[in-house]
Amino acid sequence: MQDALAKINISQKHRAVAGGTNLIDLMKYFITDAAELVDVNTIPQHHAIEELPDGGLRLGALTTNAETAYHPLVESRYPLLSKAILAGASAQIRNMATNGGNLMQRTRCYYFYDVNTPCNKRTPGSGCAAIGGYNRTMAIMGTSEHCIAVFPSDMCVALAALNAVVNIEGPDGDRQLPFADFHRLPGDTPHLDNNLKDGELISSIDLPAEGFPQHYSYLKLRDRNSYAFALVSVATAFELCDTGISKARIALGGVAHRPWRVTEAEVFLNGKDPVRVNFEAAADIILQGAVPFEHNAFKIELAKRAIVRNCMMALDPDTQLPGAQPSH
Amino acid sequence: MPPMEQQKLSGRPLVGQAISRLEGYEKVTGAARYSGEFNVKDLLYGYVINSTITKGKIISIDTSKAEAIPGVITVFHHGNRPSLAWFSMQYADMDAPPGTPFRPLQNGEVKYNGQPIALLVADSFETARYAATLVKVVYTTEEFQTDLIGNMAKARAPKGGLATFLKPPPPKPFGDFEKAFEAAPFKATGKFIHGTEHHNPMELFTTTTVYNGKGKLTIYDKTQGTVNCQLYVANVFGLHFKDVRVISPYVGGAFGSGLRPQHQLFFSVMAALELKRNVRVTLDRHQMFTFGHRPPTVQFTRFGATVDGKVTALNHEAIAETSRFEDYTEVVVNWAHMLYPAQNTLFKYNLVPLDVFSPLDMRAPGGSTGLHAIESTMDELAYQLKIDPLELRLINYAERDESTDRPYSSKELRKCYLQGAEQFGWNKRSPEPRSMRNGHKLVGYGMATGIWEAMQLPARAAASITTEGKLKVNSAVTDIGTGTLTVMSQIAADEMGLPLEDVSFTYGDSKMAFAPIQGGSFTISSVGSAVKAACNALKKKILKKAKTMDNSPFKSHKIDEVVFADRKMISIANPSVFISYSDIIAANDHKVIKSVNFAMPKALKLKKYSRAAHSASFVEVEVDEELGTINVTRAVTAVAAGKIINPKTAKSQILGGMVWSISKALREETISDHRFGKYMNMNIAEYHIPVHADIHDLDVIFVEEQDDIVNELGTKGVGEIGLAAMPSAIANAIYHATGKRINQFPIHFDQLL
Ligand SMILES: Cc1cc2nc3c(=O)[nH]c(=O)nc-3n(C[C@H](O)[C@H](O)[C@H](O)COP(=O)(O)OP(=O)(O)OC[C@H]3O[C@@H](n4cnc5c(N)ncnc54)[C@H](O)[C@@H]3O)c2cc1C
Ligand code: SF4
Repeated sequence: MQDALAKINISQKHRAVAGGTNLIDLMKYFITDAAELVDVNTIPQHHAIEELPDGGLRLGALTTNAETAYHPLVESRYPLLSKAILAGASAQIRNMATNGGNLMQRTRCYYFYDVNTPCNKRTPGSGCAAIGGYNRTMAIMGTSEHCIAVFPSDMCVALAALNAVVNIEGPDGDRQLPFADFHRLPGDTPHLDNNLKDGELISSIDLPAEGFPQHYSYLKLRDRNSYAFALVSVATAFELCDTGISKARIALGGVAHRPWRVTEAEVFLNGKDPVRVNFEAAADIILQGAVPFEHNAFKIELAKRAIVRNCMMALDPDTQLPGAQPSH
Repeated sequence: MPPMEQQKLSGRPLVGQAISRLEGYEKVTGAARYSGEFNVKDLLYGYVINSTITKGKIISIDTSKAEAIPGVITVFHHGNRPSLAWFSMQYADMDAPPGTPFRPLQNGEVKYNGQPIALLVADSFETARYAATLVKVVYTTEEFQTDLIGNMAKARAPKGGLATFLKPPPPKPFGDFEKAFEAAPFKATGKFIHGTEHHNPMELFTTTTVYNGKGKLTIYDKTQGTVNCQLYVANVFGLHFKDVRVISPYVGGAFGSGLRPQHQLFFSVMAALELKRNVRVTLDRHQMFTFGHRPPTVQFTRFGATVDGKVTALNHEAIAETSRFEDYTEVVVNWAHMLYPAQNTLFKYNLVPLDVFSPLDMRAPGGSTGLHAIESTMDELAYQLKIDPLELRLINYAERDESTDRPYSSKELRKCYLQGAEQFGWNKRSPEPRSMRNGHKLVGYGMATGIWEAMQLPARAAASITTEGKLKVNSAVTDIGTGTLTVMSQIAADEMGLPLEDVSFTYGDSKMAFAPIQGGSFTISSVGSAVKAACNALKKKILKKAKTMDNSPFKSHKIDEVVFADRKMISIANPSVFISYSDIIAANDHKVIKSVNFAMPKALKLKKYSRAAHSASFVEVEVDEELGTINVTRAVTAVAAGKIINPKTAKSQILGGMVWSISKALREETISDHRFGKYMNMNIAEYHIPVHADIHDLDVIFVEEQDDIVNELGTKGVGEIGLAAMPSAIANAIYHATGKRINQFPIHFDQLL
């Protein structure tokens, strides 16, 4: 472990490889400058799923997405996370992909992958081809004039909603980042996806005790029923009491450079009845300030409707269909 | 041989039986070897370098950094390539459209984005691919146009040429369309937009060229035509035809992309000849988007009808993309008048040349494009008339082909409509849009008609009785996964009265009897007829031989007085008189008896008829009312395609076409960025084809159709007809569900919000 860290610390050209499902693709396109890969799979401590004293759960960074989604404690206490993971990629990829790698995966922006087009994320200062180009899949929230890319993960949308915490090990010691602070907005540094520093590794992800196993739903809207990235996805979780909603969480995927949460909307729902009009009002709060581009204006209306629908679905999780499709 | 007689003597004929594909075991166990899996010794690997600009000239190519990498052998480009055939004509393959075929490395000119401009050869694929990134190319760029929609004003008529033999131009106008349309009390019009699509067969294009010395080559290629590639290689590289052998035993799908020799063949052969080594060139998935594609099109329709639903005026016009160097055409606008007998018609088909590679036939080329426009306009007309869409088709049923004024050789489309509707439960449809639902989902029913011409090309097959008394048949034809091996074996076995295990059909080798490219749904009719002809010739030889035997009981028999069954030739008049194939071989001094024969379409007879397969598709969709998400929950396609040689492999063809219909209507699109003149989603993570979760209940019906005219087998081919009707039926079902008519493919669910 120290060995791996030490190597990764030598230079940026050393990259950790976990499942390899994203990194190897990037290398085939000659997008990463990794000169040498450090196989971090040999770090045994990062593989486990273990209960925490405060009632939470620790997910090893090297535990695969599949192991995590099907783990009995995740299924029973954090079904929202399980559903979100299973809505992503394909069974084969989830068997290889790790939790740490999922947080670190890069955008699927077409231009990012094509080294012969300008892209500030790939080549800082070269411009953003997506802004004036084909941007149907791009962001509507938190964009900048430098980058409008979307962070593509499903798992992370649920982690954001669940208030997860990212545990980090590095040459300067260990540290923790709340999930909301892990991924970044593009601003004028779109080449940075997140706040992990060079030489640091994710060791695990902590889930707080509160897992919302009663009222939750993950909805993913995309161009085919499986094996496609979200155009819009929503993770919703509620705690309900006699007087209505006592706690609400709503996070969006496919709309921004990081999972998108607007706590005002959640606060608004507190104490309200779990009914459509309130969900519509919450959706309006969340989508306030959304900015569309030429081909993705539909995402604003779609996101609103998806939030409302997913809130309704969360009230009755039994109606949910495989693949995070809209319920019947 | 009278089929009934044969049945009496040898039990059930194999033709018509649902026999599992004979090579299935090899395919599912991985034993089947594809063109990239012939691991000959001392193999070198070539990686193609593609242009990064769309139009312009190469100023310089600096290969020094690449050549410094250990394992790199050389880089071929226009500046150092060997001399090649001089005339463009020599680059024209059997499927070349009018124009001047693309010549790789001809000069420093760049004609489209992703053009192959160099080949890096190394001792491993990975080294070649990496070193290729170190080759520095300097260009001057020129202005380019790749956008069809923005350049429609430049549309012009396509050049004529040989290609019009299989792809006739639009039919001549009848009556006075404008006047009739003006006068029609009911009218429907539409503008239909289809984007670019790429074939994306699972198997990548790969050629392994084995250098046998002295200009002799054995080439393992992914292709739909071994002889076509042999011809191309011999012409381009100035080799003797017989020194070039092209082998393609298994093809992992092609869908038309293998109809023309692709550039990996050119590069592999060039490098092998120059280096005198064995060379494999594999295109990666990204590079699978750097040659032919289904062209984008814009179509316009205007149909007029009387109050009782008789279509009186038909206008269908299409504008399609082509390259600057070839006029690729397809049959888009010729179908409406074949289906609906209007008195007034007007059809146009024009091209816009753009800075792209030449388009290429892709499954049901033209048909799947044009029928969407025709059948969705008919659907629209049905709603305007308040007539059931199926009823409207029956009101306008064409008993003969009015567009060419000929009868159909056979046409059981009516049965397709009726049996398909019955199976689907069409009568449960409530007429109004948005009138059926299931929970949050709007439910819609849609139907459409399909048609595909039944063609036959000249082909050859060779047949022989081996020393063991078994049958060997061969033809250079490929099996692109359709079941060619299986059906040819069935046909041959029946002809000779043998069980399947006594027949071996070999194929996919240019050394064998000539076969045309495998496409257009004409393989069964062309090569199947040749197999039958070769067997017939063999029978005559057997009889002739039998007559020469001492005291031969066959001396006075004519060929129609014997049958071939139970591994024997038998006298019809006296079944106790027979001779087994092994005895015939014994009488032939234990030598093989061989025959080769051609099957030619009977042009004079065929000219009097229109010949086409027909289909009708019925589709149920569910559309989420709030979110727009679309699911094709059920579909039935009923097909009339003459004799079905093998209902199992045929059904798989139709099912494949139905899955593709879902793809075409709802999923696949090559996304372009015309600022760069390039495609943006050149991988199958982002080029969406359906996944399992997109496919629900699909059903196929083959209706009985007897055709004594189309060819000796009575077959029409089933390769494309499965994709003819259903895309439109999906669009029509979405209209019924939502009241929204989306005429742009693929339909994105967010268009229904
Ligand atoms: C075709 C396809 C479809 C997909 N669809 C979806 C989808 O729908 N939804 C979805 O959410 N995801 C999807 N994915 C993405 C997939 O989830 C990620 O590729 C995967 O989670 C990455 O994990 P990995 O272990 O393979 O990472 P790797 O590829 O090994 O690494 C990815 C990056 O993470 C870094 N890294 C890995 N581990 C650590 C660590 N412990 N600490 C610090 N850095 C680390 C690596 O250095 C590298 O930069 C898809 C992927 C593909 C290829
Ligand atoms: S959106 Fe971001 S990733 Fe895409 S081209 Fe622009 S800068 Fe690059």
